[in-house]
Amino acid sequence: MKPAPFDYVRARDMTEALDALAQHGSDARIIAGGQSLLPMLNMRLAKPAVLIDIMGIAGLDQVRREGELIVVPAGMRQAALLRRPGLASEQPLLAAALPWLGHYQTRARGTVCGSTAHADPSAEIPLCLVALDGEIRLRSRKKQRRLKASAFFAGMMVTEKADDELIEAVAFSAARPGTGYAFNEVARRHGDFAIVGCAAVVEAGQIHLAVAGVADKPERRSWPRLDGSALDDALNAFAWELDAREDLHATARLRRDLVRNLGRQTIEEALRCLA
Amino acid sequence: MPRLSAAARHRIGFTLNGKPVSVEAEPRLLATDALRHGIGATGTHVGCEHGVCGACTILIDGVPARACLTLAVQLEGREVTTVEGLAPAQDRLSVMQAAFRRHHALQCGFCTAGILISLEAFLREEPDPSEQALREVVGGHLCRCTGYTPIIAAALEAAAILRQPITTSTDAESAHV
Repeated sequence: MKPAPFDYVRARDMTEALDALAQHGSDARIIAGGQSLLPMLNMRLAKPAVLIDIMGIAGLDQVRREGELIVVPAGMRQAALLRRPGLASEQPLLAAALPWLGHYQTRARGTVCGSTAHADPSAEIPLCLVALDGEIRLRSRKKQRRLKASAFFAGMMVTEKADDELIEAVAFSAARPGTGYAFNEVARRHGDFAIVGCAAVVEAGQIHLAVAGVADKPERRSWPRLDGSALDDALNAFAWELDAREDLHATARLRRDLVRNLGRQTIEEALRCLA
Repeated sequence: MPRLSAAARHRIGFTLNGKPVSVEAEPRLLATDALRHGIGATGTHVGCEHGVCGACTILIDGVPARACLTLAVQLEGREVTTVEGLAPAQDRLSVMQAAFRRHHALQCGFCTAGILISLEAFLREEPDPSEQALREVVGGHLCRCTGYTPIIAAALEAAAILRQPITTSTDAESAHV
């Protein structure tokens, strides 16, 4: 339970971090809060030759508003985003989901972008990014690019990030008038990995539901404003499409059941926020 | 750019419970091992070594952190508080420690160091916490002896004592013995 040896680079600015990434590519890993990476290192599921620490880079820990986007840079810790004044009206989904993200102690260190890069299929931040149709801003020494969350997450802890890229920021859409948001999760213990997490966004003419913990990445579906048995049928079809995982904590059948029932409950809560 | 080689040990300096300390560390050395084996500060306990049990929780610049999910090199220049730094003097317990004692909030004591540290940080943010909020904070720790109930009772009582206007600390403590 001790990490394998690695060199440690303390980047003083973004150029240094990107240069080190360009030089070492797949042998290097970025460390920010370390709350996802350190367990991987301790268990030797990851054995990078070089660790590049970006937390010494100035200016990466403040949220920016760019019009309707809430832009969270690479150094921002989860607890700091949760403490942001007015978050519950700025984006109620984030305010509802963040308290479920790990524990008080891990949120104090873990970063929003780090959780995005880790891409655990049951994680709350990737779920919120997918639910809100957010974007991931990637940067390498050569170029910058932006990917929609639905295109970024590629599978179980797999993303479209190239080896020489880091996540410079992620952007969530702010709450829009006439839109309701809700979040629910079932886990063994508050703060443990979600068995199933649901995020609903309801607009005048549409329902969106994103689900984590079922497939190998968070998935979102959109429907017109269904209700009654039509909504049950839509959720049932979604549950079966997801090819639910089976593990120690839950059967695939339980996960499908949660998509149907917790999904419906979450949509109804979002509708009540709208009313 | 500053680069610490995997093959060498590097001198890492930080403040531990108000005193400057330094430790020789390879980059892969965990903060838990640096504290316990490098410095001999064995109050920080090591349980699961992957961030689940919370026994190794310390404060870094006043913010809780799993020491097993922290590299010793990340402590460079930081202010670190461990359980050894909580008591105001050698022969006096902190208000929270005294409440733990009164409520039998520990049995074997293995998890206690981490829980005390988490509560220390949380009560500074939230001096008048609800029982539910305390349960969530303690939810980041595993205790196999107490069933948690006396821990929550101790934390609620300590928070109430800490909210009282300062008279003399001995008056405040003796009123609750």
